[in-house]
Amino acid sequence: MLDVLLRLFTVFAPLSFLTVGGGQSIIPAIYHQSVEVQRWIDNSQFLDLFALSRLTPGPKSLLVTLIGWQAAGWAGAIIASVAIFLPSAVLVYFLARVWKRFEHAVLVQAIEAGLIPVAAGMILAATGIILNAAEGGFWAWAVALSSAGLLLSTRISPFVLLGAGGVIFLLVQPGA
Amino acid sequence: MTERSFIRTASVSDEPTLLALFLLFSKIGVTSFGGGISGWMMRDFVRKRGWVTEEEFLSGLALTQAFPGINVVNLAIWVGYRLRGGSGALVAALGMTVPPILVAIAMMTIYSRISDSRGVPIAMAGIAAAAIGLSLEMGVHAARRASTNVLSMFIMLATFVAIFILKLNLIWVVLVAAPCSIGAAYYGLTRR
Repeated sequence: MLDVLLRLFTVFAPLSFLTVGGGQSIIPAIYHQSVEVQRWIDNSQFLDLFALSRLTPGPKSLLVTLIGWQAAGWAGAIIASVAIFLPSAVLVYFLARVWKRFEHAVLVQAIEAGLIPVAAGMILAATGIILNAAEGGFWAWAVALSSAGLLLSTRISPFVLLGAGGVIFLLVQPGA
Repeated sequence: MTERSFIRTASVSDEPTLLALFLLFSKIGVTSFGGGISGWMMRDFVRKRGWVTEEEFLSGLALTQAFPGINVVNLAIWVGYRLRGGSGALVAALGMTVPPILVAIAMMTIYSRISDSRGVPIAMAGIAAAAIGLSLEMGVHAARRASTNVLSMFIMLATFVAIFILKLNLIWVVLVAAPCSIGAAYYGLTRR
């Protein structure tokens, strides 16, 4: 048991640093380790957990938590989560500390101001990429664009829109 | 733009408590079905409560995305630290991870039942599509904020084209676009 927990940590902790630009990049490595190398779960279990991690709210890297749970119950879930979240979290914490200390420096102010257009381009590109990959084709575009339009022009709650998106897809069954 | 950080430190009175911070991150963590988490964060922290300025949020987002780690957890730590220092960062990270972990495990134990239904994945795709709307809303606000002059509009457009149309690697795009943009901002700040 301790052996499994130790391996969960040593397998997932290095992946924590490899998640640059989004958790998607480490999915193949997670699959390779947990199915092929460590054999904590089999292929169909992996696909089930992957699908479930898309259904659950919160960070998508919770896939790792679910694998830890399958491998070693509660202790496994906790160790796997700590391994994937903690190392990079500590790194960002120190970045935030250093940042705060120098926040009045002209260079730091220039970095903050200069990053805004880069962030805007990144957000729009990321949105376009997930929209292209979204299930439902035309209907995904229609729901996403009208949701954005309503959010920008009214005070409607996003929850209403999420619910409406689900209901619309159930009614029209896009791609079915 | 230079007064930004001074304005924030002046309004300490409406600083959130640690509990309020934890609860808000937990709420975002357990209700963000279909993704769009940073869109939820921008709505709640910037637009609804005004705890973080839009500029602070956007530059934090760019910084934490270019950093290793789970993007949304990084961003939560960044925002938490800005608001309440080290303990703020801690409750932000816990709120963003622990409640969703409990929900995920609960869902896994009932999954054998819902996976039989064909409706769940379809409804989820619709929810995810609406959640993309949240990201798009954030993108529009960010684009407005970035459109202060021709150069930053150009940098925004170039970043978008490089990632979305040319499909270049995000990290390399940021490594090229950010120094150019920061250099221009530095020039603008020091010249005044």
